[in-house]
Amino acid sequence: MAERCAVIGVGQTHHKAKRDDVSIAGLVREAAKMALADADLTWSDIDAVVIGKAPDMFEGNMMPEIYLAPALGAVGKPMLRVHTAGSVGGSTALVAAHLVSSGIHKRVLTVAYEKQSDSDAMWALSVPQPFSAPLLAGAGGYFAPHIRAYMRRSGAPDHIGRMVAVKDRRNAMRNPYAHLHLADIDLKMVEDSMMLWDPLRYLEACPSSDGAAAMVLAAEDAVSGHYPPAWIHGAAMRSEPTMFAGRDQINPQAGRDCSADVYRQAGVTNPREQFDCAEVYVPFSWYEPMWLENLGFAELGDGWKLTESGATAFDGDIPWNASGGVLSSNPIGASGMLRFLEVAMQVRGQAGEHQVDGAKLALGQAYGGGSQFFAMWVVGSEKP
Amino acid sequence: MSAAGRTVRPVSIASFAQAPSVRREDERNEAEALHPVIAEVFGNIGITKDDVDFICSGSTDYLIGGPFSFVMALDAIGVWPPRAESHVEMDGAWALYEAWVLLQEGEVDAALVYSFGRSSLGDLNEILTLQLDPYYEAPLWPDIVSLSALQARALIDSGKATEADFAAVASRSRRDALSNPNAQVRKDVSVEELLRDEYAVAPLRRHALPPITDGAAAIVLAAGDKAEQWSERPVWITGFDHRMETHALGARDLTVSPSTAKAAEVAGVAAGKVDIAEIHAPFAHQELILTEALGLDGSVVINPSGGPLAANPLMSAGLIRIGEAASRIAAGQADRAVAHATSGPCLQQNLVCVLEGA
Repeated sequence: MAERCAVIGVGQTHHKAKRDDVSIAGLVREAAKMALADADLTWSDIDAVVIGKAPDMFEGNMMPEIYLAPALGAVGKPMLRVHTAGSVGGSTALVAAHLVSSGIHKRVLTVAYEKQSDSDAMWALSVPQPFSAPLLAGAGGYFAPHIRAYMRRSGAPDHIGRMVAVKDRRNAMRNPYAHLHLADIDLKMVEDSMMLWDPLRYLEACPSSDGAAAMVLAAEDAVSGHYPPAWIHGAAMRSEPTMFAGRDQINPQAGRDCSADVYRQAGVTNPREQFDCAEVYVPFSWYEPMWLENLGFAELGDGWKLTESGATAFDGDIPWNASGGVLSSNPIGASGMLRFLEVAMQVRGQAGEHQVDGAKLALGQAYGGGSQFFAMWVVGSEKP
Repeated sequence: MSAAGRTVRPVSIASFAQAPSVRREDERNEAEALHPVIAEVFGNIGITKDDVDFICSGSTDYLIGGPFSFVMALDAIGVWPPRAESHVEMDGAWALYEAWVLLQEGEVDAALVYSFGRSSLGDLNEILTLQLDPYYEAPLWPDIVSLSALQARALIDSGKATEADFAAVASRSRRDALSNPNAQVRKDVSVEELLRDEYAVAPLRRHALPPITDGAAAIVLAAGDKAEQWSERPVWITGFDHRMETHALGARDLTVSPSTAKAAEVAGVAAGKVDIAEIHAPFAHQELILTEALGLDGSVVINPSGGPLAANPLMSAGLIRIGEAASRIAAGQADRAVAHATSGPCLQQNLVCVLEGA
């Protein structure tokens, strides 16, 4: 049987458009040192390091675990590098968790990052490949038609996306680490922003951020730190192919299967009732209502109604992305790990101004590729 | 519960397949080259993708020169309905490690691991420079052959080896490759002849360099009843560990491999007699460093497949070492074997896997 595993330390950088003050090594080390301090540990207490990031071409540094090993105290230790597209931050945390739950290691440091200012993600995502349709317009161009299809399918009114954009940016005002702090954000400001990829406007899209996230995961007999542990109640990954006839990219089967697996492990039958909050990968506003349905928080076609009712707002009954989410900070490789980290902060009671009162059980979700790679975990304040 | 490196739940290498290693795969893209390998690795033991619970792959975007090369490679499997699947931007040997970890938990019993890469698409020697520190080293473009030559020079200067020793490794590797239909460089050539080769970068002559290879490989891991059902003579992983060294070449003694020695210690290499070793030493002199670090004496048969000097498909060469070693145990030619994989300049990161027949 698997060993119990808990998050005992978290750390993240201040996410910004340009972190000119640090190298890539300095960026990841900043988050890692914070996680170690939170766990009340030092580098020598760590048994192994698991690092993740999105495509190496984003910074032009091939297999960067090679370069980052000494900065992360990995010399003399096992070190793994995970890459599963946009879900990578979540997958990286899951690989680290398995190193503990398998009984192989006691304390594992996991780190994810992106230094987008060192690169041009739009370019890196648009390199033409033989015999493949080029994206040419980055991720937004790929997802916009799927959003339009969701609107048609569900009958959702136009303003839902703008509501999500405003809600998540208002939440970010409570999160000192968030990249965007748009104090004056409102529906009008979103509506007046430039159209990027119909129906997505500028303020309905995630920013490009430099940033890193880190966590220390530990076995039950190695728990330490300044806050209570966040116990992992369930962990799962699912993948499906990018393209084939009949594939539902609006409500992907891999996402439904992944949540079913993680809910089964955690004993969750009614996610909206049982979870106190969720951090879900919403890089473009409309992915909130889409994932509300995919993750079973709302019936098919009703996700937008949940958003419209205010249920997912900070003071709603099921706050989504109280941290401000991907819409407020997007260091791509770290964005998934930030979702996993933020829910750990919530159930540990360390989320400060964006703490959801009494949060005990929470869902972290990340997705990537053409809505085809999913990573999720459920964390709780009680032992599983 | 297990401790670092030592297996508690027995996991076996149930099947292994590899694409023939070639200088340039022009006809097929990654998914097309991988497809027959996947078909073979399942076909060997009469199973389908429905019989494995987890899939993990290893590859690098920098070979294809575009993001997400692993995404389209999934089409070689056809992950529908959706599967539990993961990917490391590392040699497939580390993908195998990730899958082995999951199997240790006892919740799943079988995994498919694969890796692929076409080294021929770009200038590999330049591409690997991008693994260096992006601020202080990579802009100077020290290429990987030159860095390896520095290591070889340090080894000669230490008095541990000569150029003739490097040639002996290459001569034996290419001769052994004659019996490996999947190898790329296969010929019977003497040490004396090899020592007449030109230098690529002194003191490394051309024969001390690995060939540039396109290739792919796959392994099925099995635990529990499936391990016994799928193999007449299961090949068990009895120790598995990997370790990292610092990136700063000037801070390392390049004539030794402490990370390999540590991984070998944790994996328990010395716990029994080793019959064969498959060592991922892309440059001839590195085999000498690694043999010493693994604690192998002259009785151990090194790289009977021909090793990476006969075929070095980047991202698969490590996984192939494990598959080749397992195949020899499965065939009854060995009882206990060590397989090794490396990553990074001058053997910066090393993985050791100990395999035993039932």
